[in-house]
Amino acid sequence: MERQGNAPPDDIPLVLAREGHHGPVVHAANRAARLAGIMAGSRVVDMRAICPDLQVAYADQAGDLAALDRLVLWARRWCPWTVRDGDDGLILDTTGSDHLLGGEAAMLVEMETQLSLLGLTARLAVAPTWGAAWALARFGPVRALCGEDEVAVKLGALPVTGLRLDGATVLLLRRLGLKTIGAVMDVPRLSLTRRFAKAALPANPLLRLDQALGKRAEPVSSVDPAPRFVVQSRLAEPIFDPSPYLPALCEDLCDGLQQAGQGCRRLHLTIYRTDGDISHLSVAMSALSRDPVHLHGLFRDKVDRINPGYGFDLITLEAADLGAVQNVQSHLDGGSDDDLQLAHLLDRLTARFGDRAVTRPVLRASHIPERAEARLPAIADVPALMPVPASERPLRLLDQPEEVRVLYAVPEGPPAQFVWRRQTHRVARYAGPERIAPEWWKDRPGTRLRDYFKVEDQVGQRLWLYREGLHTDGRGGDPRWFVHGMFV
Amino acid sequence: MGLLRMQKTPEGQPQQPGLARFTLSEAFVETAADPAALGFALARLPRGQRPLLWVQDRVSRKESGFPSLAGTGPLRPIIMVNVTRAADVLWAMEEGLRCRSLGGVIGEIWGDPAALDFTATKRLALRSEAAGVACWLIRRAAHPNLSAARDRWRIGARPSAPHPHDRQAPGAPRWAIELFRSRDAKPGQWVATYDRAADRVDLVAPVSDRTLDAGDGTAGQRAAG
Repeated sequence: MERQGNAPPDDIPLVLAREGHHGPVVHAANRAARLAGIMAGSRVVDMRAICPDLQVAYADQAGDLAALDRLVLWARRWCPWTVRDGDDGLILDTTGSDHLLGGEAAMLVEMETQLSLLGLTARLAVAPTWGAAWALARFGPVRALCGEDEVAVKLGALPVTGLRLDGATVLLLRRLGLKTIGAVMDVPRLSLTRRFAKAALPANPLLRLDQALGKRAEPVSSVDPAPRFVVQSRLAEPIFDPSPYLPALCEDLCDGLQQAGQGCRRLHLTIYRTDGDISHLSVAMSALSRDPVHLHGLFRDKVDRINPGYGFDLITLEAADLGAVQNVQSHLDGGSDDDLQLAHLLDRLTARFGDRAVTRPVLRASHIPERAEARLPAIADVPALMPVPASERPLRLLDQPEEVRVLYAVPEGPPAQFVWRRQTHRVARYAGPERIAPEWWKDRPGTRLRDYFKVEDQVGQRLWLYREGLHTDGRGGDPRWFVHGMFV
Repeated sequence: MGLLRMQKTPEGQPQQPGLARFTLSEAFVETAADPAALGFALARLPRGQRPLLWVQDRVSRKESGFPSLAGTGPLRPIIMVNVTRAADVLWAMEEGLRCRSLGGVIGEIWGDPAALDFTATKRLALRSEAAGVACWLIRRAAHPNLSAARDRWRIGARPSAPHPHDRQAPGAPRWAIELFRSRDAKPGQWVATYDRAADRVDLVAPVSDRTLDAGDGTAGQRAAG
């Protein structure tokens, strides 16, 4: 199965690459590339030599797996038991559900149509066992059908690769002259047992053959979809203000979460307007919660941002980012939990001002002052371990260092006098310089070093100045001076 | 000459009366970019691992910078809130004062906005005392109008103490501190020396003949400048 999305046309050879031991290797190739002789698993540089106009894009393997997992649940429309098979397949247990779609052949056509509407190409096969379906879908005819009693016949002509064996075993079987599954079936069972007695399942052709022929059970263990917590309120006539309905919606949602032992960190409020438009509103929380009063409070300042248009008649509230929450007994003396209070405070602040305005500064391992501090959203989790600053740092830093005009006695020394914000400051005392070199692994080439001075002017204001560069470093003209911070 | 040593009490113990209570204090700064008032406020807040809620309006941040975590002395977590209007600063501070698990609330407001009236400061003061969380309001480019703050300070930087090892370098920071209105303590003026290692402020009443300023080490620097 290939993901197409907005893929380039089929006549351009295209491969998806992944990182290998010695540079990128081909993860998957389209039809034009396969016809040009490109095989999955070979190095991209070699394949470029074969096919000079090859287009290469990087594969998103984790994204593909996640998409396939969603597709597993999507395929429940045809049968109740579906499961992901490896990195590129789905197994559907259609026993007893094919007649609902008009028989097996009609069912396969229907599946292929629906998948192609999603932009997916698929190779489909129906067989009594997992192994036979796997082999027929990959190596058999288009939309292969296989009855209960014709498994051995249909599999016999397929290559041994169809037995779901690893590469080394397939190579071994080829060297033994066993090129098709039928040839493996013809070998006496005793000889195969003797040869592969201790081999694991992926390297054992006998066990794989038994699975494909149905002599060894291989049940489909279906995964359960994660439960969704959605409540909705259908209104008799369009209204403009959702606030009177929110407390009841929050109560209902929290009841459901309580019964499932879950809490949520995100809430999505969706409003369906009568003119067909939809408005969304989301709030996030710093800790898992199912407290209806608190959840309702987060929406209080936000509902007026909704544009009701001509009114709306359906409101839904959905919980996301779920996690298990234990019931915690509150204090007997009526005191409240400190952590919970703080989490609720952060939620309220973030709901009102947004997560860019409510932040939590954390220290990073860097000597450049503006990189030494990062701002995380306050509702995110904070790293436990933070580096300790090596030397004295000012209490205040300016967002942008402000350039000053400077008089100095010696070019490498501290300033004697400078003009900052139209005021002349005479340097009475100074400490420094503290030299901070640019981070060559991050900065652009040509970035100049900084010499920081802590200076005190005639009235006692203590500032953090730096000179960017040296006179002799050959990276631009005269060095410039900046004010970067203020000491207490 | 009176010497008053302010030692912070550990978290959870009863405070000395009149020195560092959990209430609203207001500090006016002499020059906008001067963080002396913040240093004083941080030194008076109780120690501990409890986070500090720090609310700034946009002009304050633009004119006087933002608090750097590396520079706030003993590492304590900070929750920064950056908003535009003074009314939002006051709202965020009030919300913070509902939460008993904070180590303190610091708000910075530029100028004399209409939202910051007597009622607003009274609300902050009552909430701060009810929650037992100290609250500091830092005012820049502002006039000391009517306010319900229990203590009102005026704070500016002064030339620092001599450095013990280096004549040319600034030593422990000194601030000129004036308590010009207080409900419990007697107003007065002091010169404070901040001991960074001990996180302690020593207050010394200024003497009339200015001998304190003469010996602060700046005199010898004129020639070099």
